[in-house]
Amino acid sequence: MKPINEMKLEFVSKSSNESFARATVSAFIAQLDPTIAELADIKTAISEAVTNCIVHAYKSSIGKIYITVQIFENGKSIIKIRDKGCGINNIKQAMEPLFTTGGDERAGLGFAVMQSFMDKVRVSSKPNKGTSITLEKNIIPRFIKNGQPS
Amino acid sequence: MDVKIKLTGNTLTACIEGDIDHHNAKEIRECIDQKIEEESPNLLELDFSKVQFMDSSGIGLIMGRYKLMHILDGKLQVINIPENIKKLIKLAGLASLNIIKE
Ligand SMILES: Nc1ncnc2c1ncn2[C@@H]1O[C@H](COP(=O)(O)OP(=O)(O)OP(=O)(O)O)[C@@H](O)[C@H]1O
Ligand SMILES: [Mg+2]
Repeated sequence: MKPINEMKLEFVSKSSNESFARATVSAFIAQLDPTIAELADIKTAISEAVTNCIVHAYKSSIGKIYITVQIFENGKSIIKIRDKGCGINNIKQAMEPLFTTGGDERAGLGFAVMQSFMDKVRVSSKPNKGTSITLEKNIIPRFIKNGQPS
Repeated sequence: MDVKIKLTGNTLTACIEGDIDHHNAKEIRECIDQKIEEESPNLLELDFSKVQFMDSSGIGLIMGRYKLMHILDGKLQVINIPENIKKLIKLAGLASLNIIKE
């Protein structure tokens, strides 16, 4: 299936860009006419993925973060968040709830949030090369939400 | 982002306004912890009524204050949690700590 629309975003790993990233991606996805709750889920998941790039991938440096978003006619949206940072050694362990290498002020819940707020989460990573997170969310079309045939 | 703090008897209430993400969490944390140090309250209330957005950085913020108040023999309570943040609070299992006031 071909996307009905797509966009690319590239920005540096400054924490002030966390709100920029979630606002921009959610503004783009607003075309699919999501509910407030669906949009809140997406904003939270984006914030988790982008924060991980800033806090973990580029821990002691500034690097670039790349986001692409594709939306489809059936309401599906695919969001990719990519960094060229330190990478993840053990993905399975990293995705376990409460696992963190981030110290006292981190809960270790970022991946758990992405998994429970989105329909699909895929992680691929290579140590010292970077990490790519693919998030999918199916926005339920309005006519189904309203219970009316189109 | 803004934090308004007031002391009533032995209760310190911190009203957090705006987004709680990694970018804002540090300033919110420093603001609250400094007042805790000055006032040594028995109860810390985190008032979430004006929180617009929160991600897992907010859970880290709550857990960090929970541990701090525990060390000081005090208690923590999170009050006025908006509907859109309840899902995250539930996922984090904070209800089992008895710090959520409905
Ligand atoms: N983009 C990334 N690059 C390198 N390591 C990462 C990346 N994303 C996650 N990690 C690793 O996976 C761990 C778990 O990530 P997760 O987001 O679940 O928790 P956290 O970021 O540690 O805490 P929280 O998200 O609750 O603040 C991190 O502590 C880090 O070690
Ligand atoms: Mg995280």
